[in-house]
Amino acid sequence: MHYRTVFDIPRDELLAPGHGLCGGCVAGTIVRLLLKVAGPNTIVVNPTGCVEVSTTTFPYTSWRVPYIHVAFENAAAVASGIEASIKVLQKKNVIDPSKKINIIVIGGDGGTADIGFQALSGMLERGHKVMYVLYDNEAYMNTGIQRSGTTPLFAWTTTTPIGKVLKGKIQVKKPVAEIVAAHRVPYVATANPAYFLDMMNKFKRGLDVDGPSFIHVIQPCTTGWRYDPRIGIKIARLATETAMWINWELDHGEFRVTVTVPKRKHVRHYIRVQGRFNHLTDEDIETIQKYVDKEVERINKLVGKEVIGPVVE
Amino acid sequence: MGDKPIIGWKSIPLGGSITEPGNSIQRPTGDWRVFKPVINQEKCIRCLLCWIYCPEPSIHIIDKPYKTLTGREWKFSVEVNYSFCKGCGICVEECPVKAIDFIEEVR
Repeated sequence: MHYRTVFDIPRDELLAPGHGLCGGCVAGTIVRLLLKVAGPNTIVVNPTGCVEVSTTTFPYTSWRVPYIHVAFENAAAVASGIEASIKVLQKKNVIDPSKKINIIVIGGDGGTADIGFQALSGMLERGHKVMYVLYDNEAYMNTGIQRSGTTPLFAWTTTTPIGKVLKGKIQVKKPVAEIVAAHRVPYVATANPAYFLDMMNKFKRGLDVDGPSFIHVIQPCTTGWRYDPRIGIKIARLATETAMWINWELDHGEFRVTVTVPKRKHVRHYIRVQGRFNHLTDEDIETIQKYVDKEVERINKLVGKEVIGPVVE
Repeated sequence: MGDKPIIGWKSIPLGGSITEPGNSIQRPTGDWRVFKPVINQEKCIRCLLCWIYCPEPSIHIIDKPYKTLTGREWKFSVEVNYSFCKGCGICVEECPVKAIDFIEEVR
């Protein structure tokens, strides 16, 4: 069953209010909707990061599902262990074998793309039935906005400062979802919280497939991206409308772009609303636009038809 | 808000484990707010987008019928829980009919 309208979405809340995420943090929306899809029979594995630090401030917890906090490096390894032990306990009839237990890792970009990558790669290679959700806020926001592997080109962070020599990060964003797809896992997707039905259907598909699945979700960060908290979802939507973020899925080798953009906007609409790109000149924005154009061309070629159209605005 | 007595070390469970799931509801975050969203029930079309996008969750769907002045009847209402709303304004921005007003908090 797919979620077709808002009214199909379950009403129960498995993430309690009162957590300490910044006002306007879209990670709250992502985790809430994820737990709505997963339901109560879920074990959440959470490496250190914004979500962990803010939802589990002692002596409080915001989780209404079983939850384990692990270090940056081994989130996927711990999830593999949990999956393997549940398999054994179900074989020995200690746990009802017909019971479906979802194991979900909710990791940030630092804990997934940089530090926890070897554990993730190992988990994917061994084929554990775990869904890995990466909420990507494009820097180490929790420790104070340090650059990570997924920080985009020219973005300001505290470790890629702006001055005479540097203008933000000099490298481009690491394509984590594509690296994961290269492991030949059953399901890989990228999602955007502004298109919530698409995102929730991807979570559902990821939980249904037999084997590892990986969902890469963009998460605008009000503190690190330097914007007014109220436009968080708007920025997420602009990311897809300008093709800075492309929503695709790879289901058993079948590639599909789930949110098509017939007429896309110029990237300056996305860049000019964020304080982390304040230092960019028009030429720098054109450099980013050229990079995005190339990406779009590659995706269109991969699909075989024009799913993302030309720049109109 | 926030004037609860601090529990002593003798009443903390062994290993500092938290025994009650989701007990962060005992810690209201409503006092973070500077601006306050107020839903105009007359204008609201019950699309539930504010409920979807609220990161908190501090927007609730309640079974309270509502009849507008123009005679339209709704079976449920959408309300903001002000003890948790941090006043980020995502609901204000995302409301398709601009039914949520963003007014300054006066305490």
